[in-house]
Amino acid sequence: MDFLRPASWEEALAAKAEHPTAVPIAGGTDVMVEINFDHRRPEYLLDLNRIGELSEWEVGEKTVRLGASVPYTKIMENLRTELPGLALASHTVASPQIRNRGGVGGNLGTASPAGDAHPALLASGCEVEAESVRGRRMIPIDEFYVGVKRNALAPDELIRSVHLPKADGPQQFSKVGTRNAMVIAVCAFGIALHPETRTVRTGIGSAAPTPVRAREAEDFLAAALEEGGFWESGNPIPPSVAKQFAQLASGACNPIDDVRGSAKYRRHAVGIMARRTLGWTWESYRGNERSAQCA
Amino acid sequence: MRVTFTVNGRQQEADDVWEGESLLYVLRERMGLPGSKNACEQGECGSCTVRLDGVPVCSCLVAAGQVEGRDVVTVEGLADYAKQRAEHGGCASGACGSSGTSIDAAKQWQAKPGESTELSPIQQAFIDAGAVQCGFCTPGLLVAADELLERNDSPSDADIREALSGNLCRCTGYEKILDAVRLAAARGENQTAGQGA
Repeated sequence: MDFLRPASWEEALAAKAEHPTAVPIAGGTDVMVEINFDHRRPEYLLDLNRIGELSEWEVGEKTVRLGASVPYTKIMENLRTELPGLALASHTVASPQIRNRGGVGGNLGTASPAGDAHPALLASGCEVEAESVRGRRMIPIDEFYVGVKRNALAPDELIRSVHLPKADGPQQFSKVGTRNAMVIAVCAFGIALHPETRTVRTGIGSAAPTPVRAREAEDFLAAALEEGGFWESGNPIPPSVAKQFAQLASGACNPIDDVRGSAKYRRHAVGIMARRTLGWTWESYRGNERSAQCA
Repeated sequence: MRVTFTVNGRQQEADDVWEGESLLYVLRERMGLPGSKNACEQGECGSCTVRLDGVPVCSCLVAAGQVEGRDVVTVEGLADYAKQRAEHGGCASGACGSSGTSIDAAKQWQAKPGESTELSPIQQAFIDAGAVQCGFCTPGLLVAADELLERNDSPSDADIREALSGNLCRCTGYEKILDAVRLAAARGENQTAGQGA
């Protein structure tokens, strides 16, 4: 094994081009587990800790450019207003020690369906900034997850940042697990209301081979809100609409039975989370903030 | 490969480090610092918690090569670290913000070998509250709890639970551990009050 320590982003890209099999390591909270347990013996480890800009973020007029290695702790502490959904999800990642090291780039690189950031990323409609010596490209999040633990990155590409639209409405995140800390999601649900475009976006975690959106649920809800004039009136959403939204969200799942939960339970729980998070975000849109922050 | 970094105020060097080796392994097996415990090796249990440039992390998940040139505090250095902090006003003054001790401050920190071993306030509180059972989780809990009190000198129970949520105690003596953190916080407040601060 070789340990590559690029001092700059350009050096990192050059190293990845020269050694496409190199495994990037930033927080190490996924990669080191695999190495400790002998599940993985990469030929090269590519340490990204020295590249300071990966741990920085910029809040622009419309978007936040979030460096791939910004630790979850920093997202929780600094970006709750701009990225409420992701901040909520970040707070559910493992433990303080892990949140101090792990970042969104790792979740995206690993592309596990259980990554806590994915539902919020999908719901926000962000883009992933990927780069190689060949150039830079923006990958829409909807095209990023291509299979179980597989993403759209080319072998020579690295994730530099994620560009997330600043929230234009309430966002929520909910996750099912056996306790609050140190839990791999049994399943998870993220929702973002986008009043500016009068759309709703969602993200489902741990309930399909990849993180997925509940597109039919989104379309149904957007149409129902539009037809009923709810965006203008701010009236409560009728239970029938919420129920249908929940059923469609359940239907978007394609889960498996495993040690954490059964497929049937996951479908059920996603529906419940969809209904609840819709309720919370809509109440917030109507001007009634929720007091408790847990599901 | 060779890795050089600062541990508890002293520059340390390790040779022939395997590229996939963890910081925890280097500390325990190469530097003779077995205080940080090796249990789950996957970040679940927190018994290997150390401060890396002031930030609490699981040392089993930090690759040794990532620590080159950086600053590590382990439970072995906790008493000196706490003393240094107290002498410099610590975070009770609010001077060091949310990121804990600055790297510059940490660089000026020096261990004083040969002095009789004093305990940090959190270590003393663990003993006084009976928060140590088998002791395996204790080092990680001490480092995590000390960092909590550094940035929050009067934590709520929820704050304590959250700060320690990444540390498992399989004797399940959590109540005493919470008592110990409350005790250390209370003593810290009394001390500050006594100084008229």
